[in-house]
Amino acid sequence: MASYNTNEFRSGLKLMIDGDPCAIVENEFVKPGKGQAFNRVKIRNLKTGRVIDRTYKSGESVEAADVMDTEMQYLYNDGEFWYFMDPDTFEQHGADANAVGDNTKWLKEQDMCTVTLWNGSPLSITPPNFVLLKVAETDPGVRGDTSGGGGKPATMETGAVVRVPLFIDEGELLKIDTRTSEYVSRAKEE
Amino acid sequence: MTEKDWQPQATLDVLQRRAELLQQIRDFFARRDVLEVDTPVLSRAANTDPNIDSFVIDYAGPDSPVSGQLYLHTSPEFAMKRLLAAGSGPIYQLCKVFRDGEAGRMHNPEFTLLEWYRPGFDHHALMDEVEELLNQLLGINVAFRRITYQQAFIDTTGIDPLTTSVEQCRAYSIRSGPGDVTGLGENLDAWLDLLMDQVVVPTLGNTPVFIFDYPASQAALARLSANDSRVAERFELFISGVELANGFHELTDAGEQRQRFLSDNAQREQDDKPGYPIDENLLQALEHGLPDCAGVALGIERLLMLLTGKNYISDVLAFPISRA
Repeated sequence: MASYNTNEFRSGLKLMIDGDPCAIVENEFVKPGKGQAFNRVKIRNLKTGRVIDRTYKSGESVEAADVMDTEMQYLYNDGEFWYFMDPDTFEQHGADANAVGDNTKWLKEQDMCTVTLWNGSPLSITPPNFVLLKVAETDPGVRGDTSGGGGKPATMETGAVVRVPLFIDEGELLKIDTRTSEYVSRAKEE
Repeated sequence: MTEKDWQPQATLDVLQRRAELLQQIRDFFARRDVLEVDTPVLSRAANTDPNIDSFVIDYAGPDSPVSGQLYLHTSPEFAMKRLLAAGSGPIYQLCKVFRDGEAGRMHNPEFTLLEWYRPGFDHHALMDEVEELLNQLLGINVAFRRITYQQAFIDTTGIDPLTTSVEQCRAYSIRSGPGDVTGLGENLDAWLDLLMDQVVVPTLGNTPVFIFDYPASQAALARLSANDSRVAERFELFISGVELANGFHELTDAGEQRQRFLSDNAQREQDDKPGYPIDENLLQALEHGLPDCAGVALGIERLLMLLTGKNYISDVLAFPISRA
């Protein structure tokens, strides 16, 4: 079983803690001048998202979590699972609602996403930073108003609700930042 | 490596502040007729403290030891005590020291110590002088609090560190502290270190505090108290949660010193760490006679952090280990 020594601790490192895959958020080396050294770490549970504090005796080893980020293409949703395909191996993985979470609102078929696999199954998914989505529903555009001031809500084809400028019309293709849920610009069909 | 790694990490005004600080320290000791000394960084013996690891250096030239190995000092203590035994009178030193494996927010594997010794002082008299020096250097005028290790521990945790057990410490840690920590096993001092560092020290506040009379098991190079052999005449200074200085009413008994070196090395063996050659020169000096004295070591970079409001030791070093 692979493991990491506390000397290798750094943020982002994936460990098994209490049977769950976790990622180190923050690692601090603490040591009294003439005493025992410790690593005080903040750890995010990758299943629940909860962040906990842990203290390790420096020099101890902790089991590594078999967690891998893979770029995959989103295929479709069958009501229970969201299916992703590894473009190199054509292998398909079904992610459940737990793994997809709130990100379902950004998933457009054929987009590339980061799928975090734990022991080969999807643990979580991260949509691309920017997605191109059609406006499904919004108030009619106000012609000539390109000030960008104000704005209005628009529901995108995937269900995401984004604040857009007043001049935007239904059916337009927009570039959206998924990290902030913010409108970036109009986009052209690729 | 990044493109910026050649550049110093500390800003120029921090480096200027450091130079000023060193000058102020030298002035302080010059006014008090304490002699500045310089002792070797390389030694054929090493500090046996189970929690401090030395860098080992290959040396092949004339006068090399049979092993071909020398050690970088982790503090100038042993050599300075040899000077004291030779009749130097009060002495101080500003030097780089080296500790393997220590890097983090408050640690860099090489750092600067101010270390000084006062013949005729006990640990309380030396605390007075540390207090005077730091009031000057920090530009403040406050009375430092003094509290025994035992009292500080009881006040915060209700646990008496002189009578407690591993079980009681572990139970407290799980209930109200940082939790269970695997690997500490039956090492009571490690459990005390854990609770001290993570529970007691954070409650000490911003006023400088001396914690004194450490458990005898953590005596290091301090003599045991004549009144209560459960404690050693050792102190540490904390300011705003930062461990700044460590001092002793020094052990002068050569036989007991040898005993401590041997039991340190036994502990190191238990911890799967290499034992170190013990310093026979120091033991001979103690046999010759070390004057009754107290000594203290103070971390210059941590003091500079307090003076400049920096939270990372790397921000007060021109080139921290990541850029060394």
